[in-house]
Amino acid sequence: MARVPVQFTLNGQDRAEFVESGVTLLHALRHTMGDTSPKAGCQQGTCGACTVIVDGELRLSCLTLAETCEGASIETAAGLANEGLLHPLQRAIVDGFAAQCGFCTPGMIMAAKTLLDHTPNPTRDDVVEAISGNICRCTGYEPIIQAVLTAAQSNSQKAG
Amino acid sequence: MEIRKDYFSDERNDDLHEIGHSRTRSDTPGHVTGKTAYFADRTFPGLLHLKMVRSPHHHANIRSIDVSEAEKHPGVVRVLTARDVPHNLYTILILIQVGPEDETVLADKKVSWKGEAVVAVLATSERAAQEGAAKVKVDYEVLPAVFDMEEALKPDAPLVNEHHPGNHYLYDSGDHRKVRFGDVEAGFAKADHILEQTYNSSPIEQAPLETTGCIVTPDGNDRFTCYTDTQAMFFTLDNASIILQMPGHKLHMVGGTVGGGFGGKVDVIVEPIAILAAKLTGRPVSFIYSREEEMQISSPRAAERIVIKDGVMNDGRLVARKVTGYTDAGAYSRHSPYGAQKGTAHYPGPYTIENVWIDTYCVYTNRTPSSAMRGFGVTIADFALEVQMDKLARLIGMDPLEFRFINAYRDGDMKAHRQPTEGAALIECMQEASRVADWPVADRFYEMSSRSREA
Amino acid sequence: MSLAVQTFSSVRDASDALESEGIRYLGGGTLVVRAVNEGDVSITGYVRSTAPTLQTIDIAEGRATVGASVTMAAILAHVGLAGLHPVAKAVGGPAVRNMATVGGNLFAPAPYGDFTVGLLALDATVHSSDGDAPIEDFLAARNDRRKPDLVTAVSLDVPSAGVLRFLKVSRVKPRGVSVVTIAAALALDDAGKVSSARIALGCMADRPMRAHVAEQALIGRQLVKEEIREAVAVIGEGTNPVTDPVASAWYRSEVLPVHFSRLLLG
Repeated sequence: MARVPVQFTLNGQDRAEFVESGVTLLHALRHTMGDTSPKAGCQQGTCGACTVIVDGELRLSCLTLAETCEGASIETAAGLANEGLLHPLQRAIVDGFAAQCGFCTPGMIMAAKTLLDHTPNPTRDDVVEAISGNICRCTGYEPIIQAVLTAAQSNSQKAG
Repeated sequence: MEIRKDYFSDERNDDLHEIGHSRTRSDTPGHVTGKTAYFADRTFPGLLHLKMVRSPHHHANIRSIDVSEAEKHPGVVRVLTARDVPHNLYTILILIQVGPEDETVLADKKVSWKGEAVVAVLATSERAAQEGAAKVKVDYEVLPAVFDMEEALKPDAPLVNEHHPGNHYLYDSGDHRKVRFGDVEAGFAKADHILEQTYNSSPIEQAPLETTGCIVTPDGNDRFTCYTDTQAMFFTLDNASIILQMPGHKLHMVGGTVGGGFGGKVDVIVEPIAILAAKLTGRPVSFIYSREEEMQISSPRAAERIVIKDGVMNDGRLVARKVTGYTDAGAYSRHSPYGAQKGTAHYPGPYTIENVWIDTYCVYTNRTPSSAMRGFGVTIADFALEVQMDKLARLIGMDPLEFRFINAYRDGDMKAHRQPTEGAALIECMQEASRVADWPVADRFYEMSSRSREA
Repeated sequence: MSLAVQTFSSVRDASDALESEGIRYLGGGTLVVRAVNEGDVSITGYVRSTAPTLQTIDIAEGRATVGASVTMAAILAHVGLAGLHPVAKAVGGPAVRNMATVGGNLFAPAPYGDFTVGLLALDATVHSSDGDAPIEDFLAARNDRRKPDLVTAVSLDVPSAGVLRFLKVSRVKPRGVSVVTIAAALALDDAGKVSSARIALGCMADRPMRAHVAEQALIGRQLVKEEIREAVAVIGEGTNPVTDPVASAWYRSEVLPVHFSRLLLG
């Protein structure tokens, strides 16, 4: 089988691996790079469970080919906690009961992080739009929306 | 959150330390950091991928199966057909004596629904398994199919499943489950009004975000570890043991972390064939549904048809209820005989009615087999019952909430299926709901209690 | 078998590579990678091009040329294309908008392809390695073009904000798959009467289509309830809506006039 080299930064760490040609970024992350935080929920671009950030942009890793990420900077939910200290989004989800089965959570967090990176004080509508590509089937969206707003608040308090 | 401790306060000590307090779920820190290990988060060297070849027809005889091209395809390691399965006939609830076994793991003579599993292809990559599956040739003789429950019960309907003559489940009570209480015809005769309505529901897919699947590793010594997202670990263990004719101690089931189930992962579908594949190849095997398979192949909630005929008095008393319920099992039983039976006991609802007649049928059609989903056998019944209650209230010009107070069951009432009511709290729930929703009812309803019946 | 990814800096080379059997052009991946993930084994490899022209938005003398690789997010980030923003925003969620391209959208089968519905109403021109075509001709022939030439750009007169009336009806809020998508580019005369109309529909056939009969019925009419009645009555003429998990053809036909009426009066 044809294998090709890919190099990128994953959560700040330089990674260089051989992957099978044509595999998705999702597959490469999960099965070659050992980062299983992005999930395969539909592999059709519909559920958002595989959502990661590539060069600052939100992307669906299930529809992105690993080879097209050469040299990119990739962020996943596995890289958010800083030396064991949860990111405000992670903290707010834990405290606010905003995860049940947890399968949508890593993708949901990356969608919300992209929002907060660009819009530190989002409105409720901003949050709804930001996670509109991510499906949750357990808890409903209200606790998730609330958690993102709570995280934004705790961020701005810190900044203030 | 407000906790109303005044209701039933004499029945318990006021020493609740957890209720009303927010507690961190023990699993959430793993969820937010991506560390929670779902079954598919494991990678094993030499992993094989299983792709199922499925029936494109709703109902067909299998004339022949040719796997020779598939076996030659690069990457394909093994192709499984019905003759590889040690005991190729099962039904999940055989464990509690709800038979007969009525479903094959891999079909050999006939397929009875579009999507039924026929041939399993094992290959070194998902892609190779897909390519191999595309090369399997199955010759079908297409048969007439039936999709409507009442059509299926007609004498000349196509026979969906040879184990269920007449296309219905055969209970020990006959072709349907029944409840008989009082004299329903006498009740209708004295009623001021009679209302008969039919309610239909479609199948509903549970749609968990994580699809159904498992990964099996051979551990040596003829033992196997099965990492699975089943919601029913012991159903899976015991049914796999029966299908594979393998003692349970050879099967090590690992699970409990499920990316959403909602009843959709209570069937035993992927594990037996994946364990068999691991046994026959000696390699780890992964069998994970695609999203399309999850939506089209995994069992949904059954379609139901519910005919409710009620007799009601002008003063609001329900005096007679007759219900005929149909549950669409699809082509195989799975959990549907049980679901249909649950409905039988449930159709009076949380109301005390002196004359009740209930018949429920579990019907076989050429649709996707249905099974468990959140309150199956009850949820659709409740929809129908409560819509019916609103219609009855409207019919006699009564407030719908007051109508329910009048008919609410109380402690000590005998239910139609001969279970005495105990611990009823419907009256109190409705009293509180009336206050919170600002939907006032007459004073006498606020004085009612579930624990006694006023003179 | 693994799927080779061939990357070319020139459009011509990429176009030539597409001539091999089973090779598909990789834009944003939302159609072709999805198909591979779902088990479409007829696709055996990817071709892509990094040519800068494919990623360029160029506006000159009131005419916009949008490269085929331009994403929905890039359109939303461009102030000169504000008239297209409601259309670009209707596509997917934020992640999909970062990936989905203008060129890919032209090939999206129903129920997808909302952006193309907008382009059809705006009378865009499709540019490919083989030449230019009005979007309506392009769509009519898109699935049976013998040589798979590469779409390089679309061009259109820059619409001012608000010129295009656009409505995407979804069951899931705020973003879901389309039940029906309607785009209407209407010009009104001084008396408020419709002087020209281009109406495009999504999900009412296997690909975006014009509602020619309804367009004719609108000419000379004011956008008030009494005067649009005839156009609303004939909006379904010539449609052959898709049935999919989102809605049946029957349902789409039933709701189309309702939403069309709201779009005109709203």
